[in-house]
Amino acid sequence: MTLWLIVIVASLACLSLKLVGYLVPHDVLDAPAPSRIANLLTVALLSALVAVQTLGAGSALHFDARVPALIVAVVLFALRVPFVLVVILAAATAALIRLSGWG
Amino acid sequence: MDSDDALECSDDSGVARAAVRAGLAVGLAAAAYGVSYGALAVAAGFDIWQTCVMSLLMFTGGSQFALVGVIATGGVAAGPTAIASAAILGIRNGIYGVRMAPIVGGPWWKRIVAAWVTIDETTAVATNQPTLRSQRIGFWTTAAATFIGWNLTSLIGALIGDALGDPRAWGLDAAAAAAFVGLLWPRLRQLQTIAVASAAAVIAIVFTPVLIPGLPVLVAGVVAVLVGAFNWCANSDPPLVPLEREGA
Repeated sequence: MTLWLIVIVASLACLSLKLVGYLVPHDVLDAPAPSRIANLLTVALLSALVAVQTLGAGSALHFDARVPALIVAVVLFALRVPFVLVVILAAATAALIRLSGWG
Repeated sequence: MDSDDALECSDDSGVARAAVRAGLAVGLAAAAYGVSYGALAVAAGFDIWQTCVMSLLMFTGGSQFALVGVIATGGVAAGPTAIASAAILGIRNGIYGVRMAPIVGGPWWKRIVAAWVTIDETTAVATNQPTLRSQRIGFWTTAAATFIGWNLTSLIGALIGDALGDPRAWGLDAAAAAAFVGLLWPRLRQLQTIAVASAAAVIAIVFTPVLIPGLPVLVAGVVAVLVGAFNWCANSDPPLVPLEREGA
């Protein structure tokens, strides 16, 4: 599987899911479970991605400069600092820690 | 909507202007984090073309960040799980589509264009407007601002990422985790979502040493299906689109 194939298949999958919403009858939303599960799936996957991106290294777990960077990010989001600024400051935290020789 | 006809009439252009303002503000905010997406995609090994094609075709930030994140940790071998992660995060756009279809209306080609740009931002702005006309104005303004901004800043981010070189030295791997926290943050308002987020993080970590890269994230999704199906730790009234960024 090449990167191009991954890009195209994933793009078409996401585009199709958007189209399906316009094709199904409106009373699908009368049952609360589908939209609740979709919302919780989003939360679960994003949270799992945070965890794996912070501690994962292939099939191993590494505690490194990403952990303090994540803590900085959480604190800044709690203080309602804008998205881009938080991402830059989190990256800078990890970069500076690595520059000092750890992680 | 609750006001009487006379008030509604005199207020109509004001309502429309408010919808345009909200759309532009949200579009601008979304465009700003396209830079981080572009840089992370290139750091994960995608070229500039692939990075831009994803923004054009997929056009849904969460799925794009997920695809890039899974490939960054698992490489091309994690392709199937990366695609699955992106698709699962794209399911909610389908749910938004069910809500948006009667608002958008019009011929089939207009609905296809609308479906393409039905994401968190456009749905949030549209459903926040008081009249059908302002809902449509809000939807299409947000769509145009977000689509142009997101694609332009993805390209800028990709060029920056390309120029930076070693992603770890610049902390770009940590930036990916921070970006996911930013996407997750506005959704953590009820006990149910906080419980699911916590359980999913723990499950993903526990399964990381035993499963192939990418799969632990999908396994964590099972929590969402179970909690959602049985409505454990139920909320009173969860919002359709939890969007903190709408400043207008």
